[in-house]
Amino acid sequence: MSTELGKFKEGSPMSSMLRMERMPHIWCPGCGIGSEVNSFAEAVKRSGIDPKKLVVVSGIGCTGRVAGYVNFDSIHTTHGRAIPVATGVKLANPELTVVVFSGEGDLSGIGGNHLIHAARRNMDLVVICNNNFTYGMTGGQVTPTTPSSAMASTTPYGNYEYPFSLPFLMDAAGATYIARWTSMHSRNVTQSIEEALLRKGFSFIEVISPCTTLYLRRNRLGDGVDMLQHYQENSILKHGCDTRETAIDYQGKIVIGKFVDKNKPTYLEASDKCSIKLVGDDYQLYGKTIPEREAEEKAEKERIAARRAAMAAVEAQGEAAPAKPRKASVPKAAVKKAPAKAAAAPKAAKKTAAKAKPVKKAVAKVPAKKAVAKATAKKAAPKATVKAKVVANAAKTKFQGKVMPAKQALAGTKKAAPKATAKAKAVSKKTRK
Amino acid sequence: MKTVPADPKGVDSGPHFMDGDHAIAEGALAAGCRFFAGYPITPSTEAAERFAERAPEVGALFIQMEDELASIAALIGGAWGGQKCMTVTCGPGFSLMTENLGLACMTETPMVIANVQRGGPSTGLPTLTAQQDMMQARYGPHGDNMIIALCPDSPQECFDLTIEAFNLSEFYRVPVIILTDETVGHMHEKVVIPPADQIKVVPRNNYSGPKEDCRPYKFDSQGGHPMVRAGDGYSFHVTGLTHNERGYPVMTADQNKIVVTHLMEKINGNADKIIRLDEDQIDGADVVVVSYGITSRIAVKAIQDARKEGIKVGSLRMITIWPFCEKRIREISAKVKAIVVPEINYGQMVLEVERNAGGRCKVISVNHCGGAVHDPQVILDAIRKAIQ
Repeated sequence: MSTELGKFKEGSPMSSMLRMERMPHIWCPGCGIGSEVNSFAEAVKRSGIDPKKLVVVSGIGCTGRVAGYVNFDSIHTTHGRAIPVATGVKLANPELTVVVFSGEGDLSGIGGNHLIHAARRNMDLVVICNNNFTYGMTGGQVTPTTPSSAMASTTPYGNYEYPFSLPFLMDAAGATYIARWTSMHSRNVTQSIEEALLRKGFSFIEVISPCTTLYLRRNRLGDGVDMLQHYQENSILKHGCDTRETAIDYQGKIVIGKFVDKNKPTYLEASDKCSIKLVGDDYQLYGKTIPEREAEEKAEKERIAARRAAMAAVEAQGEAAPAKPRKASVPKAAVKKAPAKAAAAPKAAKKTAAKAKPVKKAVAKVPAKKAVAKATAKKAAPKATVKAKVVANAAKTKFQGKVMPAKQALAGTKKAAPKATAKAKAVSKKTRK
Repeated sequence: MKTVPADPKGVDSGPHFMDGDHAIAEGALAAGCRFFAGYPITPSTEAAERFAERAPEVGALFIQMEDELASIAALIGGAWGGQKCMTVTCGPGFSLMTENLGLACMTETPMVIANVQRGGPSTGLPTLTAQQDMMQARYGPHGDNMIIALCPDSPQECFDLTIEAFNLSEFYRVPVIILTDETVGHMHEKVVIPPADQIKVVPRNNYSGPKEDCRPYKFDSQGGHPMVRAGDGYSFHVTGLTHNERGYPVMTADQNKIVVTHLMEKINGNADKIIRLDEDQIDGADVVVVSYGITSRIAVKAIQDARKEGIKVGSLRMITIWPFCEKRIREISAKVKAIVVPEINYGQMVLEVERNAGGRCKVISVNHCGGAVHDPQVILDAIRKAIQ
């Protein structure tokens, strides 16, 4: 089955970035990790960096499996230890770009000490943190970021702990780039990862994401689409926001944006500076002097710039000939119309239509209008339609012995997508930690 | 094992007066180790300090990580990043390291860990000696796995065995543990560092063939399989999950059998090539003292005194602790009346000796809790008792 699917998807634009022979992946339908990986792959492509010089390190958990699906050098480590392993890779070969892709339980729970110390050292790493408020792979336990009062399997009467706000934690620890998005803001996620890949220093990108199978279901919050709508309605874009104001309450507002972007010498730069004082200009690390390494870095930067220029040229060509590429099918004029289209599609479901309205507001707030509007236009339409069907089908459904109204039933039932449920079950059985 | 002369940059040739910890750091630099991730812990700290001091002039990198969990994790990253790596610690730190020691075994990552043992359990005796981590080194990580452990008895041997540890680690792609102790670690003695061209080191063997044939692993129960280096364009995958030769997770009982058999047999199956013993007058002996590390130097006095009394005593000093010298103990046990095993713990390696002696001779444990070495008289008494 995996081979067939691999063949089927070979034509996908990201196939060169993914280990297609490892598909299908383990993530549940509606989970945000898949779209984050897609954003990541696109960011790598757009950044122009050499994929051969990219290393992805993951910890344990659902997000920990990312390392196994990306077609780069990748290390799947023990629980919480992705950052120190990545630190080792980066320090052993400073030419490499090292990305840590893991979940919030892995990074800020068991690996919390490593997270803050890598930020403190300004270790040259890109950390992508999938924050779904739950330990997914072990069955939905409470994590350091689970909002107060949320249900988890180990807080069956509601979470009474105080959660971390990760951007605040990272800011206090000294991270030099901090951004937060939700898995709905995939264009922004891509953009942030691209920026982080091209900059030096410790970059932390948090992506709030739905865990459909566990967090959403246990808290009766609907399915993945409901959550994306929640993100759309409740995200507040505040670039440069004081990170003290980024706390997330249960189903409350989510402050998103790029909060911190500053320059500070990285660990290696600081170490070089200290060593050159001691040893003099002859100082070498792994047999290379600082000017030699700087020259190599400069050459690599030029190669990256050339790749980016080449890509920009191809894109410009594409825009000049609007018939061919799909991007051209959403010209500027269509941007305004797009949300209206999305709202118009599922006329049958009033609820959905009502929910789709705030799209315009959200779009108006976001400065990167074009990108978000495009994403909204594409996503909102088909998903809203699916939602409408689901609502219609599941008017009344039994879940855990209780009869629930349609909205709640959505959270419990999977009747509308029996295949997906079976797969999810099989997968969760197989992959339990 | 293919060897090359050491890189002169890391070799501080000549006679030195240094302690065992410093000798470990010098041995690492001579062996080509250029990445050290450590965390301070008595009585091993001096090795980290020495490496930190020497790193800039040698072109190596030292980092003090936030804890031992991170130190050994950084070695795993460093090794796949292409460097020979090491760390030093002692009991409490080694306990933390056992987590990723398991990952290093599973991912067949070469690295050297020096455990300068101190008295335990727990915080125990931070500044006093012991040999209490012998079994932990072997059985610390969960699941079946096999490491190599060496046990130096002097600062000179700390230097020599650190080079040997790197060579074994590179060839067998396995963590190698130097199980020394506080006494040897803090003992100052003459250490002669030979010229670089006389030091034989096993260089990192990086895969360089076609991408489609690239396999990070080969489950053939042998050493000598190349590493794959990050950044070389092979898109390798490494996981602590049960995996196939491509490195991809395959979580089945059949695959676990293949992987675990390989991990165990690449060391146990090559034990004859790995094990180094220091033997003295074993032929014709009635009693053999089996010892290791600092205790073997204490036992020398007891053995000499016993010989003066006319007792035929042989000595077997284990330089390689793991894999255990099972075959040799079986041979010896068939010929002698008794084996005496002094060690600074409540009786750990004596269990291995008893198991392999299989009742063919008496096995006498001369155990000693942590904090001090034996009084030679106690070992002498045991030898006397052994021939009665």
